[in-house]
Amino acid sequence: MHISEGFLPLFWCIFWYILAIPFVIWGARNVSKIYRERPEQKLTLAVAGAFIFVLSSLKLPSVTGSTSHPTGTGLAAILYGPATTALLSTIVLVFQALLLAHGGITTLGADVFSMGIVGPAVGYFAFKLLRSLRVRIGIQVFVAAVLSDLMTYVVTSLQLALAYPATGGVQESFLIFLGVFLVTQIPLAIAEGILFTIFFDYLSKSRPKLIAQQFGDER
Amino acid sequence: MKTATKYALGILLVIAMFVLAIVVNPNAAFGGTDDLIRSIIQRINPGYSSWFTPIWEPKPEVATLLFAVQAAIGAFVIGYFIGYMRAKTKAQKEKD
Repeated sequence: MHISEGFLPLFWCIFWYILAIPFVIWGARNVSKIYRERPEQKLTLAVAGAFIFVLSSLKLPSVTGSTSHPTGTGLAAILYGPATTALLSTIVLVFQALLLAHGGITTLGADVFSMGIVGPAVGYFAFKLLRSLRVRIGIQVFVAAVLSDLMTYVVTSLQLALAYPATGGVQESFLIFLGVFLVTQIPLAIAEGILFTIFFDYLSKSRPKLIAQQFGDER
Repeated sequence: MKTATKYALGILLVIAMFVLAIVVNPNAAFGGTDDLIRSIIQRINPGYSSWFTPIWEPKPEVATLLFAVQAAIGAFVIGYFIGYMRAKTKAQKEKD
């Protein structure tokens, strides 16, 4: 999902920045609210961010014979929602863009929009939906983490397709880009789903009050 | 089944998936999808060239180091949390 530096036309760079910035600001306000009103959540918030740090630093091999990055956004999305996840992802993506030349400053808006906003938002709403259907908690977490990862790459494919329509139009190039990302990504997303299911189970056993509080007064 | 066993099985399953990926592709280059995309963009749009280059690009060895640093920061925080919770639970039990 890291679109390389300079590989989106200027119009699209600005376009995705404009869409991403309000969410990042919203996320920053959420985080400062957590620090003010619920300091006992600080450590868990740091752990949710830490998973994004670890997982998005890894290039994992897939059955297709290529490697790709997991996103690591599932836990943050479930616990703190997409806006907060947008802020956490921005920190990681800036680190990678400036220090690793991975992704880029011009494409930052697009990358934050896919990995930090839409992916986690889909994960978050899937979690809420499965929760209202009273599905087992492990399945809720698994599906949310898998979708946070996969939808990130669906959005990246769409962003690339909009910028580079093939002769058959946006739809054709969307399918080309999706073909590169999606199959490679599926095993990684499942792996992420398993890891987060395990960690969430651990979290709800070690900090039951905190989890209850988080889902009690979360909007 | 004990919780710890379930966790271990889950993690083993994840590791097995990556081992399988490597085993079934003995000759694959395992190039990154992000890099693959660049060549596809140029195929769809032959005239396109990047209009902005990274301000600073690390040499491959330094890049490996920085990726490791990124992972280490995250792993440190997760490890700190697990240790913190473990000690807290223990202290709670001793108090009761």
